[in-house]
This record gives sequence, C-alpha cells and structure tokens, in this order.
Amino acid sequence: MREHNIYVYMLIMAGVTYLIRVLPLTLIRGEIKNRFIKSFLYYVPYVTLAVMTFPTITQATGSPISGTVAFIAAILLAWFGAGLFPVSVISCIVVFVIELFILH
Amino acid sequence: MWSNRQAFRNGNRDGIPIALGYFAVAFTLGIAAKSAGFSALQAAIVSLTNLASAGQYAGFTMVRDGAGYATMAVMILVTNARYMLMSSALSQKFDEKTPFFHRLLVGYSVTDEVFGICVSVPGKLNPLYAYGAMLLTVPGWTLGTYLGVVMGNVLPARVVSALSVALYGMFIAIIIPPARKSRVILGLVSVSMVLSAVLTYVRFFDFIPSGVKVILLTVVISTAAALLFPVKEDPYGSVKSGGHDESGATAEGRQE
Repeated sequence: MREHNIYVYMLIMAGVTYLIRVLPLTLIRGEIKNRFIKSFLYYVPYVTLAVMTFPTITQATGSPISGTVAFIAAILLAWFGAGLFPVSVISCIVVFVIELFILH
Repeated sequence: MWSNRQAFRNGNRDGIPIALGYFAVAFTLGIAAKSAGFSALQAAIVSLTNLASAGQYAGFTMVRDGAGYATMAVMILVTNARYMLMSSALSQKFDEKTPFFHRLLVGYSVTDEVFGICVSVPGKLNPLYAYGAMLLTVPGWTLGTYLGVVMGNVLPARVVSALSVALYGMFIAIIIPPARKSRVILGLVSVSMVLSAVLTYVRFFDFIPSGVKVILLTVVISTAAALLFPVKEDPYGSVKSGGHDESGATAEGRQE
C-alpha cells in the first residue's frame, strides 16, 4: 500500500459519502411516532442551515464588510417575502457592488 | 403533494440559484483538485459521485498529502456526517406509498442546499421535485469542477467572491420565512447563529474541525429545542417556506 491509487481514493470518497446519505433514508421507512425524535428532526434543518450560514457568509467574500452587508440584505429580503432566487441573486449583486468601492 | 409536472417544474425553478452557486464553489474546488494532482476528468467524476463541498475538499487534501485509505474513509465520514441527520429528517418527508427506489436516488442528492429546499416543500415530498432540482445542480457542480481544473484562475476574483454568497443567500431564504411565522424557529435560528459565531471566533474551539462543529451544534441545539418545544402532530404540514408560496398547495399555515 505504499503507492496509493487515485481511483481507490475516488471509490472510497464516493462510497462513504453515498452510504452516509442513503442509509438513513432507506432504514427509516415509516413515520417516526416518538414525539422527541420527531421534534428533533423537525428542528434539525433550521439549526443546521443557520449554523452553516453564519458567520461563514461574512468570511466567504473578498471582504468581511461585503459579506456582512449581503447577510443583512438577504435577511431583510427574505423577511419581506422574496423567494430563493431573488434573495440569492441580490446578495451576489450586493457583494459585487460593495467590493467595487472597497477593494481595488 | 404536488402533481409530478408541477413538482418537477418547481424543482427546476428552485434549482437555478443552487446551480449558480454550485458552479462558483465547484470552480474553486477544481483549483484545489488540480493542486492535489487530479485531472479535470477525475475531479469532475469525484464531484459527480460526491456532491459534497467540504467532504471533497477534505478528500482532495488527503490525496495531496498521501493519506492512508482508512484515514481517508474516516475523514470523509466526519466531514459528511451532517448528511446523516439531513437524510434522517428527509425520511419523514417521504410518503409511505412512494416507491423504494426513489429513496436511493433522492439520497444521492442530499446536499445542504437540495436538502434545504426538499425539506421545506409543503406536505410530503414528491421525488420529482428533487429530480427537477438535481437536473440543474448536478451538472452545475460537475461542470464547475471540470472548468476549475482546466481554467484555473481565469474567472476574476471579484466575480468568484460575489457568487460565493449565492448559497448562503439561499439558506437565508429558506430559514427566514418560517422564522417570521414561528417565534420558536426565530429564536432557534438566532441562538444557532450566535453559538456558531462563538465556536468560530473563540480560539479555544479551534481544534474542532468545522464539519464537526456543525454536527455538534445541530445535535445540541435541536435536542434542546425538541425537549423545550416538542412539536404537535404532523409538523411538516404546517411549514411554508420562501419560494413555494405561489403554488397555493399548502395546508393553511397551521403554526404551532
């Protein structure tokens, strides 16, 4: 095993990733009745998406300022009813415009 | 549940911003793949078979460093473990009558973003919604990686920077509308963001890989929320989310 084969690496990456995703989906077939687990799984998406968004969004762009403004703009837009696409595109535009002024 | 055609179209529509964001992120991932010694085709195959940003990035790094196969497997498990939670949550969105093979196919597409939109459709999930989104997101991700390897730094940094918030904008558009309607979710989202910032900025937590931080926070905060605010019957029937409102297919916003 001194020489690692790139295709073996690729197979491991694909296999492990797929199993992680598909096992819960195939093993949990019916509706979960337990109220605690039900509540837990109901809250998971909100928590996990919130955790992944902040503060990462402020570090993802060329400057923390543009990322932070995009973050605030996206929240306001979504709060007042804009859909996925508008929120997403306007956030990008906000970053682009702000960076025109603050980065060279 | 939506009709097949409507579900597929809605999936297309919601897949567009995801595909755009993927393209940009995958482009930068392609650059990482190249430095690890992957050809454009190999990198594209990894993207096609993994659909996982952090996981792939970790994988490329392992290959570059010549890590052992077992180390690689463990690293992929850790960086992608959050998908296990997401798949578990998504299992509850499947109608019991939906044929089994759909679980094998939809399972493949459980990325942070596709999961986010699938779990927030009103009522049960029609698998065709996921396929409608995948039709755009998978090519966006794969092609972006391929071009990232081939073209390296051709795309101006300014454009990459702007595109990199597309995904987060979408996450926000998914979690904010329900947060506006439910105080519990609003509180939950706020607490999650604050604690996430604490774990990111307080030096003491630097030893925890970022993928593990996501799992840790998700498990701890969701557990606390489930204990403090257990949901009533059929929580999913009452969730409306951004981007789906015009379909009118929602059971009148029963909120807890």
